[in-house]
Amino acid sequence: MLSRMAGCLYWMARNMERAENTARLLDVSLQMSLLHASSQDDLLVPLDVTGSTADFLQRHHTPTPQAVLHYLALDSENPGSIYNCMRNARENAHVVRVKITTEMWEQVNGTWLEMREWHARGLDTRSASTFLEWVRERSHLFRGAGYGTMLRNDTFHFSRLGTFIERADNTARILNVKTKQISDNEPEAENILDYYQWAALLRSVSGFEAYRDIYRDSVTPERVAELLILRHDMPRSLRACFAEINKVLARIEGQAGRAARRRASEIQARLTYSSIEDIFADGLEQTLDSLIDDINLLGKLIHHSYLETA
Amino acid sequence: MHQITPLDHTHYDEMLAAGQQVRPSYQHFASWLNQATPDWLRNKQAEADTLFRRVGITFAVYGDESGAERLIPFDTIPRIISAAEWKTLEAGCIQRVTALNRFLHDIYHEQDILKAGIIPAEQILTNAGYQLAMQGIDLPRQVYAHIAGVDIIRHSDGGFYVLEDNLRTPSGVSYMLENRKMMMRLFPELFASHDITPVEHYPNMLLDTLRAVAPAEVDNPTVVVLTPGQYNSAYFEHAFLASQMGVELVEGQDLFVKNGHVYMRTTSGPQRVDVIYRRLDDAYLDPLAFNAGSMLGVPGLMSVYREGRVTVCNAVGTGVADDKSIYPYVPDMIRFYLGEEPILHNVPTWQLRKPEDLAYVLEHLPELVVKEVHGAGGYGMLVGPAATQAEIDAYRLRILEDPANFIAQPTLSLSTCPTFVEAGIAPRHIDLRPFVLSGKKVQLVAGGLTRVALREGSLVVNSSQGGGTKDTWILKEDITC
Repeated sequence: MLSRMAGCLYWMARNMERAENTARLLDVSLQMSLLHASSQDDLLVPLDVTGSTADFLQRHHTPTPQAVLHYLALDSENPGSIYNCMRNARENAHVVRVKITTEMWEQVNGTWLEMREWHARGLDTRSASTFLEWVRERSHLFRGAGYGTMLRNDTFHFSRLGTFIERADNTARILNVKTKQISDNEPEAENILDYYQWAALLRSVSGFEAYRDIYRDSVTPERVAELLILRHDMPRSLRACFAEINKVLARIEGQAGRAARRRASEIQARLTYSSIEDIFADGLEQTLDSLIDDINLLGKLIHHSYLETA
Repeated sequence: MHQITPLDHTHYDEMLAAGQQVRPSYQHFASWLNQATPDWLRNKQAEADTLFRRVGITFAVYGDESGAERLIPFDTIPRIISAAEWKTLEAGCIQRVTALNRFLHDIYHEQDILKAGIIPAEQILTNAGYQLAMQGIDLPRQVYAHIAGVDIIRHSDGGFYVLEDNLRTPSGVSYMLENRKMMMRLFPELFASHDITPVEHYPNMLLDTLRAVAPAEVDNPTVVVLTPGQYNSAYFEHAFLASQMGVELVEGQDLFVKNGHVYMRTTSGPQRVDVIYRRLDDAYLDPLAFNAGSMLGVPGLMSVYREGRVTVCNAVGTGVADDKSIYPYVPDMIRFYLGEEPILHNVPTWQLRKPEDLAYVLEHLPELVVKEVHGAGGYGMLVGPAATQAEIDAYRLRILEDPANFIAQPTLSLSTCPTFVEAGIAPRHIDLRPFVLSGKKVQLVAGGLTRVALREGSLVVNSSQGGGTKDTWILKEDITC
């Protein structure tokens, strides 16, 4: 396949996944900010996770719910806004529309057309949850249409690769930001605030029900970390993402991706054979920092091996 | 019953002869049309629009923000050409394109036609379309215009005339194919009652043509379609043809030159490219050889091409042969290279630098159109039938000052074909563009793109000016009755 086409498939999927993750983060953060309106910390979380705090503060000064919502959902000036993610997804899909299935194209194009309507109407904190739910649904439809209709060739593989690299990156980042935030909490407020923050984190990755099913016990940092880093059966965990990334990389035709494959296998081996006790002994923050670096490096290797057109 | 009145008797109507007599090729269709109620037909037309929009949303690409696409209007009444007429058209197109390819080879090699004094050398050598870089380069099978679109009109005398030859990157073939698909879907019963020659194998024939002109040493050539990108107005067609042929649709950035070959960047590493069906003008092909600012081309492509290690279709430098100033010489090319009389006529063109032409034109100014050789956009033109005596007299003086600067043509009349319009069915002017492929041999699928001027009385069939398209039927056998 042409590298440029593979790149479009990969970025189409990454952008759609990123839109969904941003929507999840925003949803939980807006809810949390209602719980204790005095603190701005919860509102800053999605900005921290997406690495856009500095840009936001420069343009908006104070993180009000309305400002954060607009910035992350609709702002056409913010390259990482849901609006721009969907635009990028559609533009990439446009280039490869003869490669992807009709259902998939219609899904991406339809999403973009509706996104423009949301953009024209604008959002406030009351309509926010309807919008954020819509984003999640469109992302589910996107993945479902692809999974249900695409031939299992490199067109499919590069699109899946984009989804899971983005998802792994998001899970690692969100866990990292929360870990740093929670360790900053005042000791006396710790317990109750911790609970809500860990629970919110779980909800933002659809992990709350999973947690209850698996642990049937109170929410503790160790278990949340275990669920999101090491559990193979949790679809947004790092280990599950890497299982998929490795599977996909192994199926891509040709030998160009040897370095990317090796790196991905190494990460997966580490995730498979470590325990949560090891991770906490090494330090959760340090482990997550290095995982984020690893994912970043893997992304570069994928680019270099398959996608680069320069 | 549909009352169809021919426009007037100054135009040839494809369906109706004098006295409302239905022409033989339209017999079946006319009786079918008579049984169809206007409402049903209107619904079918609406269905076609909806389907095209849907296919358009999936396919037709116009690089606009909204994701909406512009569609070229499609008319459900076919343009039918009899088997006998097609035989003439086909032979005429093959003859013409064969001669044009011979001409292109000649002017980039021995230049016999210039030596023979048939075309003045300065008209070729100073032409903007003449590429010095192509001199002495031997192309596979000596083919230059692998894909040619010949624009043909039918005059009021019933004869076919070639209006122009498109030898660079002619487009529109995707509409020929899509229109046929649409008609078969809307009116399957018509295809059962008519014996219509199929066109669906065009992409296959195109791929065969492209593979046949690969560099000689290549066994299993890799063909690509090179597009300027998704914002080009014909991108739909580029993507359509690539997918129909099962080859990659590439942009300049996907290709690179290394060690004397052209490669495309793929996920399994560089892959050699042997034939490039380019839909990009000469000037943008290679920033090292032509327009240095072009971001669309492939640096170094021309050097590989000149070495014969890649084939570019159509060849570089074909523009010289479809230039307006060269057009009058095509009949002479046919005589010179093939020793045959032209089967298809040019629109008669008087070159006023020739004394006998000058004498004729001066005597017939009120009925002719006179143009400056290098004029464009209708400037400095005399339309005889519409001019006053004073204007004609003034123009006569201008001609006499420098006769070589002028050509003259008769006032043209395009034939009409019944067309579905708001008020019902009415005659509208049409033209025809068959697509001629030159590889192992020169051939064309029996069909072409019929364009129709949808505005009443309009002679402009271009899609940008309110033109639409029709399916073009070539009957396998003529109906005798």
